[in-house]
Amino acid sequence: MPEITLEMKDITKRFPLVVANDKVNFAVYQGEIHALVGENGAGKTTLMSILYGLYQADSGQIFIKGKKVNIANPKVAINLKIGMVHQHFMLVPPLSVTENIILGMEPIKNNIFIDLERATNKVKEISESIGFKIDPHAKIENISVGIQQRVEIIKILYRGAEILIMDEPTAVLTPQEVEELFEILRSLIKQGKTIIFITHKLNEVKAVSDRITVMRRGKVVGVKNTKDTNQEEIASMMVGRKVLLEVDKKEHNFGKTVLKVDKLNALNNKKLPALKEISFEVREGEILGFAGVEGNGQTELVEVISGLRLAAGGKIKLYDKDITNYSPRDIREQKIAHIPEDRRQRGFISNYSVAENLILGSNYRPPFNKGLTLNFSAINNHAAKLIKDFDIRPSDRNNLLKSLSGGNQQKVIVARELFGEPRLLIAAQPTRGLDVGSTEFVHQQILNERDKGKAILLVSADLEEILSLSDLIAVIYEGEIVAILDPKKTNEKELGLLMTGSVRNNKFPKKK
Amino acid sequence: MKAAKKIDYYSFLEKITPLIAVIFALLVGAIVIVIIGEDPIYVYKILFSNAISNRDGWGNVLFRATPLIFTGLAVAFAFRCGLFNIGGEGQVYIGAFLSTWVGFTFTSLPAFILIPLCILAAAAGGALWAAVPGILKAKKGVHEVIVTIMMNWIAASLTFFLVLKYKAPETETMIAAGVKQMIPHTKEIAQAARLPRLYDLFKSINIDFPSYNQVNVSFFIAIGVAILAYYILWKTNLGYEIRAVGYNPLAAEYGGISVAKNIVLAMVISGAFAGLVGTNEVMGFKYRWRQELFTGLGFNGIAVALLGKNHPLGVVLAAILFGILNYGGAIVNIFTEGRIPRELIMVLQAVIVIFVVISDEIVKRLIVKRRKLT
Repeated sequence: MPEITLEMKDITKRFPLVVANDKVNFAVYQGEIHALVGENGAGKTTLMSILYGLYQADSGQIFIKGKKVNIANPKVAINLKIGMVHQHFMLVPPLSVTENIILGMEPIKNNIFIDLERATNKVKEISESIGFKIDPHAKIENISVGIQQRVEIIKILYRGAEILIMDEPTAVLTPQEVEELFEILRSLIKQGKTIIFITHKLNEVKAVSDRITVMRRGKVVGVKNTKDTNQEEIASMMVGRKVLLEVDKKEHNFGKTVLKVDKLNALNNKKLPALKEISFEVREGEILGFAGVEGNGQTELVEVISGLRLAAGGKIKLYDKDITNYSPRDIREQKIAHIPEDRRQRGFISNYSVAENLILGSNYRPPFNKGLTLNFSAINNHAAKLIKDFDIRPSDRNNLLKSLSGGNQQKVIVARELFGEPRLLIAAQPTRGLDVGSTEFVHQQILNERDKGKAILLVSADLEEILSLSDLIAVIYEGEIVAILDPKKTNEKELGLLMTGSVRNNKFPKKK
Repeated sequence: MKAAKKIDYYSFLEKITPLIAVIFALLVGAIVIVIIGEDPIYVYKILFSNAISNRDGWGNVLFRATPLIFTGLAVAFAFRCGLFNIGGEGQVYIGAFLSTWVGFTFTSLPAFILIPLCILAAAAGGALWAAVPGILKAKKGVHEVIVTIMMNWIAASLTFFLVLKYKAPETETMIAAGVKQMIPHTKEIAQAARLPRLYDLFKSINIDFPSYNQVNVSFFIAIGVAILAYYILWKTNLGYEIRAVGYNPLAAEYGGISVAKNIVLAMVISGAFAGLVGTNEVMGFKYRWRQELFTGLGFNGIAVALLGKNHPLGVVLAAILFGILNYGGAIVNIFTEGRIPRELIMVLQAVIVIFVVISDEIVKRLIVKRRKLT
């Protein structure tokens, strides 16, 4: 029996509207990678915040190596050798790697000066001990997200952490970077560290963890040894019902070409070329998935097609009608629906009610706008119907969008966009940040549209999503399509290499 | 059920922050009065009892509140579109001047044509003046605060120039004494362009109202405009789009709403509201244009909108409160033989505004904190 290094007993944390942790028991063995999984709002982050001293539990105890501790603030946690890598990095971009790592506990020489040399050596030493090289003098703003994450890891090791909490560490990484991260985690284990890994990606849980604690609605619903369980079981524990992990996609024939993009050029916000003569087609009943590392032109592509950005050249045709540089409203008139990639920024108006948000885009035309005033009975009926059809919760149409969960906000967007039988659906990052249940729902809606013969342009950073939904995959790199692939004949690894520009697919003839 | 109640409690608190601010401000004012060496209860009693305990007081309060309703609505309306229109001052000058010019130029027109024409001219002048920053913001992204401030100065200088061009002839006594007008003002508007005072209206239905009281029909125009503002903002598609742009321009653009068009429209409507101040000060009061009539009204509108939480009903109530303080302040000044100067009331107004901002912020943080925790 391995030694229990950390134990949290009967932890209860109440917030004004909800019990975030309800008598949670959580134990971690010395030297294991322990996955803490659950849907958004299940209480994982609250539990870890209590462990890291960001919150105080209302009741319950915490034991480190059998000794009862009282973690009043993160400083106490750090002294107890607990470290946390947050989902959003806490780094200062203009400072160097070393400067960021020592921030707050700078080694001093001669009582005045920061001993950068000593710090640099220690940073080097730590990074080499877990098997990767890092330039201690590089500025954070010049290094990739994957490397930034390593800086975060070194930062907590520098502070002497023995128990490492990693909050959704893979959310921002490419498949190759994920693999590298797992290597780092394994070498940390070899050094005797203990890792708590918060995630809701089940394949990662399976790939890297030793044991799994599943939470649902503030309670622990089960603890499993990874080797004794499977993804389906964990998923149904998380959601509380059976979940379809594999999407059920029927084979069918594609119809006419709906969207034809021909040698499209566009500039990004810095007025640099973001799309370089990009050409492709989407047919009726087809899902074309765009895979790529973010920032390679996907955002601009979606914006140009939906009228939010001007094309700098080339043509966009919908059923042979030239719709290049139409206004967003004219694009909507052409029955093009758009699930935007950044739903908080673009997708809804957080201070508007559910009913008001459900008419965004069709607010100006009947039946919603009639004569001099808005027709509130039509708006309310519309809301009632969509709330029911899409199971938006809570079901009160007068709730402000900002009071809804991310999954329900996305349901509002999906409901609104799919209403009125769009001819083309542009879905950008449609399940980003959503939990398993909501993701399943959104996937099902997208597939329904496909089966109804609609054309769908899917853009996603989630390769699993791209692979399971798409009928055809286009890999975009630096504003160009570098490969068009059949999802049945490729895999995440190949996509990952293409996405990062490491290889170019020779099968794909480069257009002049 | 319990959760819903809790949320209601906070949104209720959010709504009544101005009230809390007013109470705090009165307390601060009381401290100042004590320092001056007077009895705060006595002073406040004079202030409020003279302002609201009789018809004359009410008339004076509403007369002072009327222009603030217009300028407060102007600020609030633009704010709903995410625009900070601090050019109320200039829009008031231009609107009022245009209205005056119509009033003394088309003197042969009958009242039922001339009055609406003058009202329209007031709105059009303000709208025109506000359109410039609106268009510059929409087309070129120039910040409306900068442009509206500069437009204020242009309006002040332009109207000053125009006053000299249309200045009233010197009266015979002035010619005899060899003096010029100390404060330049224009010719008087036609009798047919003047708005009846409330005295005239009340007389026709046999209600006793002091004839010297200046409150006039413009007050009803102000209330009408407040209702119109509410109607536009919450009942029409235009209001839906304007508020959408105000809350989240990116989402509005995504929803096919033209951000540029709505910015221009919101500024034009806002400016028109401000311009209507002319109906009170010119058409209902002095019957001529004189710059000092309008000074500060545009800026006080900002305070009124803030206190009224940018809601038409709130603006009306806030303007009336400011009307009470203005009129009551003058009375206090007389009753205490100048020991409590009128300026104290200005301090009170300023303190109210500061407390609105503070208590708003406190409640907002409370709410954010609760939300974060859940």
